[in-house]
Amino acid sequence: MTATTTETAEQVYVPAAETIGAVLDPRERPARPSALSASLTFGWRAVLKIKHVPEQLFDVTAFPIMMTLMFTYLFGGALAGSTGEYLQFLLPGIMVQSVVMTTMYSGLAVNIDIAKGVFDRFKSLPIWRPAALVGNLLGDVLRYVLASLVITVVGLILGFRPAGGVAGVAAGIGLLVVFSFAFSWIWTMCGLYLRSEKSVMGVSMLVLFPLTFLSNIFVDPSTMPGWLQAFVEVNPITRLVAAVRSLMNGTPDMGELTWVFVATAALLAVFGPLTMRAYNRK
Amino acid sequence: MTETAIETNGLVKVFGDNRAVDGLDLTVPAGAVFGVLGPNGAGKTTAVRMLATLLRPDGGAARVFGHDVVAEADAVRSLVGLTGQYASLDEDMTGRENLILIGRLLGFRTPAARVRADELLEAFGLTAAAERQVKNYSGGMRRRLDISATLLNTPRLLFLDEPTTGLDPRSRNQVWDIVRAVVSYGTTVLLTTQYLDEADQLAARIGVIDHGKLIAEGTPGELKSSVGAGTVHVRLRDPAQRADAEKLLSAALGATATPDPDPRRVVIRVPGHGTEHGAAEDAARALSELAVAGIVVDDFSLGQPSLDEVFLALTDHPATQPATEKEAAA
Ligand SMILES: Nc1ncnc2c1ncn2[C@@H]1O[C@H](COP(=O)(O)OP(=O)(O)OP(=O)(O)O)[C@@H](O)[C@H]1O
Ligand SMILES: [Mg+2]
Repeated sequence: MTATTTETAEQVYVPAAETIGAVLDPRERPARPSALSASLTFGWRAVLKIKHVPEQLFDVTAFPIMMTLMFTYLFGGALAGSTGEYLQFLLPGIMVQSVVMTTMYSGLAVNIDIAKGVFDRFKSLPIWRPAALVGNLLGDVLRYVLASLVITVVGLILGFRPAGGVAGVAAGIGLLVVFSFAFSWIWTMCGLYLRSEKSVMGVSMLVLFPLTFLSNIFVDPSTMPGWLQAFVEVNPITRLVAAVRSLMNGTPDMGELTWVFVATAALLAVFGPLTMRAYNRK
Repeated sequence: MTETAIETNGLVKVFGDNRAVDGLDLTVPAGAVFGVLGPNGAGKTTAVRMLATLLRPDGGAARVFGHDVVAEADAVRSLVGLTGQYASLDEDMTGRENLILIGRLLGFRTPAARVRADELLEAFGLTAAAERQVKNYSGGMRRRLDISATLLNTPRLLFLDEPTTGLDPRSRNQVWDIVRAVVSYGTTVLLTTQYLDEADQLAARIGVIDHGKLIAEGTPGELKSSVGAGTVHVRLRDPAQRADAEKLLSAALGATATPDPDPRRVVIRVPGHGTEHGAAEDAARALSELAVAGIVVDDFSLGQPSLDEVFLALTDHPATQPATEKEAAA
């Protein structure tokens, strides 16, 4: 079916000099788009791609649901006496884990785009250079929000009753998404430097697994051996989870929040320029 | 004096210890097709990518309409468009969405970008396929969409990097017609190719590059006359007549036959005359002389000189293929 339409379309087409000339007619060139507008255009592309390839949302929906169910019932009874009680502790953490895990797809997407040559065209356009990368990340932000909402809903169904209410949960999600946006630059940079999709995946797994599991997501660090406690304490994910928990519990912890904001700014300040350097060099 | 579209001086790009472009000096006049002819790995893509500001030169300088490709990259970007050797389209998006995306990135507001996209789709015969994802396009349609995306900004200089490699003859002819149309409306085109035939068909001037250097430059006629006008192949019914046929053809074409293992075949490389039609006229005369002498010819052809013959004539070595290196490295 597709083949036949292709055939007929091909047969019919005879390039006509006048029609091609008409589209080439030099008209007033529009002004160069602003950095924001170019970034939003790339964000629109990311959304369109979700529309055309909805399977890619599997990662941000099925995976978090599975994680929440698995760990609630696996550890709930043993660790907190009841799954309901454990869920109050686990849910903000599992949300952080799922979303932070999703950040690695930013690196994959950039790597695939480059391998396919799409970036060549973008780079030859007179636009704000980081726009393509920022736009991709804006699309990713949408996925982070979606993943967070899916987990919130699953949590509510299972009995998660956050003391912070709607505002607390929204603030927690907001903080998580902002941090993840900054964190994604690391993987975008890897996506630019590393040769293949597989190596990006490998490197990000190698970092994300210990970072998310060796944290305060599943158990209270005070039950851990001293050397592990030391690692968990300096793990940025621990700080992020503590901050998100405090917001969702309605007891914002200013110390943890400040830490997360400083980390977010630092990630952007360091990895933004590094990523752009890699991008310009490619 | 015509305006100069591109001027490079000692342009260099090194990958590791491979000098992909090695001191390229090129002057491309505006308003016509300039053909860059070279075998695999000659450095065509690398040179074009530097001129389109996608790669930073390691040495030398290049100016596009007077703007330096490094110091004034943005100015160059607003004047040129590049259709790369491999399509730079988003496979997951439809043809129309691809064009709207580029339009918006060029600063068109969404409604204007839509209008522009539809005009281009129409001009390039893609209206019927507009709503289909690019991954379902044929090679020819993809190529046309890629070119139309490049023309969105009405560039003054269009780079086409091997635009017909891998296309069937019909799609290739469509691309050729598009190139002719684009040039007739005043856009300068720099086209790279591995086929002398293609450069001959389209280009006003041709530059031949090998190992990253320009080894010859001129009009197709000049180039061909330095190479020879082509090769005549004659296939005889009766191998016993071969010696007579060779004698007759050599005399008529003014060249000696190249030895050929097939006892029924005579192959003669025709020297250049500096004119386009000399060889064909001579060959026709030679054929009728064969007929008069009662020598039956089963098959006859007058072939254009191949890229290999061009290289043989220009460099005394056939077109080398470092492409195998490239594949091994990939
Ligand atoms: N990114 C790269 N890294 C390393 N080597 C490269 C790179 N790009 C090209 N090369 C090398 O530079 C040389 C010139 O390559 P280039 O692609 O410019 O040739 P080309 O004339 O376009 O060939 P083709 O007809 O195969 O497209 C080759 O030897 C190739 O292996
Ligand atoms: Mg090439």
